[in-house]
Amino acid sequence: MLGDLLALLAGDRRADRVVPPTGFTARLTVFASAAMAFLAVFALALSLATGRLAERWSEELARSSTIRISAPPGQVEVQTQAVLRILATTPGVASARALSAAEQRALLEPWFGPDLDLSALPVPQLIDVVETAEGFDAEGLRLRLAAEAPGAVLDDHTRWRRPLVAAAGRLEALGLMSLALIGGATAAMIVLAASAALAANARVIRVLRLVGARDVYIARAFVRRFTLRSMAGAGAGTLAGMAAVALLPEPGPEASFLTGLGFVGAGWLAPLAIPALAGAVAFAATRFAAFRTLKGLT
Amino acid sequence: MIEFRDVAYSYGGGELLTGITLSLAPGSFHFLTGPSGVGKTTFLKLCYAELIATAGTIEIFGQDTRSMSRDAIARLRQRVGVVHQDCEFLDHLPVDENIALPLTVSGREAQIGNDLDELLAWVGLRERRHALPPELSGGERQRAALARAVITSPELIIADEPTGNIDWEMSLKLLKLLIELNRLGKTVLIATHDLNLIRAARAAQASARVLRIRNRRVEPAGAEL
Repeated sequence: MLGDLLALLAGDRRADRVVPPTGFTARLTVFASAAMAFLAVFALALSLATGRLAERWSEELARSSTIRISAPPGQVEVQTQAVLRILATTPGVASARALSAAEQRALLEPWFGPDLDLSALPVPQLIDVVETAEGFDAEGLRLRLAAEAPGAVLDDHTRWRRPLVAAAGRLEALGLMSLALIGGATAAMIVLAASAALAANARVIRVLRLVGARDVYIARAFVRRFTLRSMAGAGAGTLAGMAAVALLPEPGPEASFLTGLGFVGAGWLAPLAIPALAGAVAFAATRFAAFRTLKGLT
Repeated sequence: MIEFRDVAYSYGGGELLTGITLSLAPGSFHFLTGPSGVGKTTFLKLCYAELIATAGTIEIFGQDTRSMSRDAIARLRQRVGVVHQDCEFLDHLPVDENIALPLTVSGREAQIGNDLDELLAWVGLRERRHALPPELSGGERQRAALARAVITSPELIIADEPTGNIDWEMSLKLLKLLIELNRLGKTVLIATHDLNLIRAARAAQASARVLRIRNRRVEPAGAEL
């Protein structure tokens, strides 16, 4: 097979000419490869974007925690100061600060409106904790809080993070599965087109066999043709897909889920592998179809 | 060169050929005759492994055709020049590329230049080298097929009714070409039902041997030929 691949790259004008041009199957291969490559660009963009999203969610949520202090009015400030002292000496805590009344009001505003009087409500005090890259020992911190500030509850976002990261991971897997399905569908289509071309050229193949052509020689002529057509179609489809991704409208903050859908930085190089992969799929698919058909001929 | 040992060939439940035991020696000249449909083409196909015997053994160049791989059969055909009854060509290629096809497919393109020019002149198709096969007359097709069969300088030349579609004058020209090849040491096997052609050949080539298919068997023809 390696020899075939090298021969394919080198090309052979005379060998190429022994198989007549096949109009319909040629157009079908180019069109289908282009369409599949176009879809593959979007599947790849989705997969890369959800991968980034999962990583970002995981990192952002993992590096921040919240401590909620629910205590009688006279105890809130005392326990808040106690918690801040504990946090200042806790390894793995980069910074910690108590949210101001205005910040807490802003958090509740979507539910209660702008005229909320916090002093009339038993709203707990919130402390925003930012972790270092190493993170802190959550269980140890909980024990210290329980001892020195009994009204403090640590929420390290684990129960939020897990389903979000799992969802993003599933989306990423879905993107990869779409790529695999596109590859499979492309292979099936090329097998059909190549089989049709081989059947249409049964007489040519018979003549070639009778003058001493080996199967590998006959197959190579078809394989080269279908591989190059598939690569050309996939190249056009990939460029069109990349242009479409580049022209996607920028989402606003309200569409934060879509933020980052597309390619970023070196990620723009990833779709350039699609034509080569399409060529590899076409090479294997046509080779399979050719040898299967040739075995049925004398 | 070719050895048949008690060979039979059956197809579709019927036995077309049976009990064939004979040998074709290197450098010999053979005719195979018999009425149409008697099995001449089947016999020839057994001689270049397009068909495989259903019983008995056929050895070509010392190899048993039943145990040959597809690649081995392809290599065998590079040593055998065949002029088919229907003179099939690749219609999208000009005559010269069709004639050179056996060299092209066997990776001997370097030989094409000189051999092809000589051969085109020999069969009188130099002026028609760029024509496409559908543009050729029956005689030109036969001569192009002969040129294609001999371009690799094969050890064995097999021709199936090579004069079937051409006039007597052209038939004699073709026969002369085949006799020349035989004098160069090539083994020649021609299937024909044209007895006049056989008589003309024997007049020019006294050693020509005539085989006949009768009652599904291949046997030496009688003195009437």
